[in-house]
Amino acid sequence: MVLTEIKPNCKCKIKNISKGQMATKRLYELGLNTGAEVKVEKNDFGPVILRVYGNKLALGRGLAEQIEVEEVNN
Amino acid sequence: MHTIALVGNPNSGKTTLFNAITGSNQHVGNWPGVTVEKKEGFFTYKDEKYTLVDLPGSYTLGAFSEDEIVARDFVLKGNPDVVINVIDATNIKRNLYLTIQLLEMGANVVLALNMIDEAKSKKINIDIKRLSERLNVPIVETSASKKIGVDELLKVTVESIGRKTKPLEISYGKYIDQEIVNIQKLLENKDFLYPKRWMAIKILENDREIISLVSSDSEIKAYIDKLREEDKIFELDIVDKRYDYINNITRELIKEPENVLTTTDKFDKVLTSYIFGVPIFALIMATVFQLTFKIGQDFLGGYVESFIGYIATLVENLLISINAPELLVSFISEGFFGGVGAVLVFVPLIVVLYFFLAILEDTGYMARAAYVMDSLMRKVGLQGKSFISMIVGFGCNVPGIMSTRTLENKKDRMIAILINPFMSCGARLPVYMVFIGAFFPKNGGIVLFLIYALGITMALIMAKVFSKTLFKGEETHFIMELPPYRLPSMNSVFRDMWEKVWEFLKRAGTVIFLVVTILWVLSMLPAGVEPYSKESLLGRIGSFLAPIFTPAGFGTWQASVSLFAGIAAKEAIVGTLGMLYSPMDLTEALRMNFTTLSAISYMVMVLLYTPCAATIATVKRETNSAKWALFMAIYTFLLGYIMAVLVYQIGSLFI
Repeated sequence: MVLTEIKPNCKCKIKNISKGQMATKRLYELGLNTGAEVKVEKNDFGPVILRVYGNKLALGRGLAEQIEVEEVNN
Repeated sequence: MHTIALVGNPNSGKTTLFNAITGSNQHVGNWPGVTVEKKEGFFTYKDEKYTLVDLPGSYTLGAFSEDEIVARDFVLKGNPDVVINVIDATNIKRNLYLTIQLLEMGANVVLALNMIDEAKSKKINIDIKRLSERLNVPIVETSASKKIGVDELLKVTVESIGRKTKPLEISYGKYIDQEIVNIQKLLENKDFLYPKRWMAIKILENDREIISLVSSDSEIKAYIDKLREEDKIFELDIVDKRYDYINNITRELIKEPENVLTTTDKFDKVLTSYIFGVPIFALIMATVFQLTFKIGQDFLGGYVESFIGYIATLVENLLISINAPELLVSFISEGFFGGVGAVLVFVPLIVVLYFFLAILEDTGYMARAAYVMDSLMRKVGLQGKSFISMIVGFGCNVPGIMSTRTLENKKDRMIAILINPFMSCGARLPVYMVFIGAFFPKNGGIVLFLIYALGITMALIMAKVFSKTLFKGEETHFIMELPPYRLPSMNSVFRDMWEKVWEFLKRAGTVIFLVVTILWVLSMLPAGVEPYSKESLLGRIGSFLAPIFTPAGFGTWQASVSLFAGIAAKEAIVGTLGMLYSPMDLTEALRMNFTTLSAISYMVMVLLYTPCAATIATVKRETNSAKWALFMAIYTFLLGYIMAVLVYQIGSLFI
């Protein structure tokens, strides 16, 4: 599954990011590292909005499609 | 004097804290060799004076950007006595990522747990005492915007001077730990100024700065090449381990309620929505320009204008009464007050525009504007974040171009730089204002909005052209933090506004004064010629150039000269016009020398043609290439010219 497939208000765990080194490291350092749990706040048009730890992060759709995740049931 | 450094993530309230500590006792410069802004301030505690250095805000201390390198070099080589690390209490874990890196460097850290009031109202519970023990650093709760905890922070900071610290050692797992030890051994007895273990970790993190530094040593270089071959660069694993460490340390110490719908979320539902997002943004910008016009021009502008007129008459009369030489009187009244004075009249306008831009930035709305614009920007081959540099460009293109540094990829950045001058800066505003005053006194707000809209449209079209021609193929991505909405702190809004207005005033006093003086001299030569006449040197130069602009409807020598003065500084356009038509009232003079149509084509030209010298210099510095700077200067001129001609020629068919 990739990030853009997750519905709003659902949580997921980051599994893998298959993007260039620079972008991947950036995302890792912003808290989207392996195993991190994030909540999808908005996923309709435009960038996906995530809640990572305490902050909101907007990720372009192209990028979000490269982020492999696993849905978390609560 | 002891030196204290201030570091923190963007949006952690670092700048607010810096202002709260130093007050007005600060100055801004540049870090040597780079274009990163250096802010330094002073504070006194118990009769002793301390220097506080504000390091660039960053999420990490890698070699990702100049900002990060500046920050970490200062921590390692600038020998600060204490490093105050500002942390957003509502987002501790992510902020601690930076802290961990500071501790790994062995810095003497004091944590300022900022925005503590917000954290409390969000019911985030933090066991500060135990967190402080586990991290082995003092922690002070602060709320910089409300000036809470600032004294306590200074007390703890001063007490921490001389505190013995040793670098934090995190276990990165058996495998990486072993490699760290191996590299450390290689680094031993080598003459590098950085801590060895830290360097070893950075090498394994694939840090290009450190790797290029140590590559001067053939033995180490060979080892790194071998690591690369064996795929033993652990960039991402190291990040993972640091977060594991943070999660372990903070476990049980931070409790936050889940799934609370914050005010920010409620606002975002509307402001970032598919249907309302873009219209609201357009409405906000239109309102900003309308208000700028109403308050800055109609209300405040009038006072300033009569004030300057009053002073001008006073000075002139004084000079005449003391029998000052005629030439001096002419210079003061026509050159100085006609030129520089014409620019100063617009200070209130600039003040109001900067005020609103600072508010948009401070409330956190700017990030949402980037968000809603992302889809549109994507269609022209850019991304939403590029839009921020465009909005900053409305204030001034120099910081606009500098703000493109936050764009991670080269294509995004180059395009954003090349289109930035189409975002009409504050210095061009006076030109529109005098023309609007003369030709569209009733519909000023709308005309102004249309001019800005044309600028944006041209920027988007050129972005599309560039992404299809000069910078093909490269993919762009959008990563941006959406900070919580906050009530703007008037203190920082006014400070921000004042810094920019001061810049404007300085330019009025230097560059514009210089341009006006040169032009004044040219208009007096050759000796004996009637000043400001077509026969003067200036008139001859202008007359030579004027035919170029005849197809655009403003082929007068005055219009040509002022356009060229505008390349030195855009404010000089109005200054020059004011001087050339002096002593006639500028509005009257424009009505006589322009038609409504040629006024429009002239404004279009001013909007689009070659940016000012400072902007061209910034392009050269930021792209590291004189070629791009030259390209920028020429293509904008051609575009402005073609558009002005089109407007005039097509318009002539209808009028």
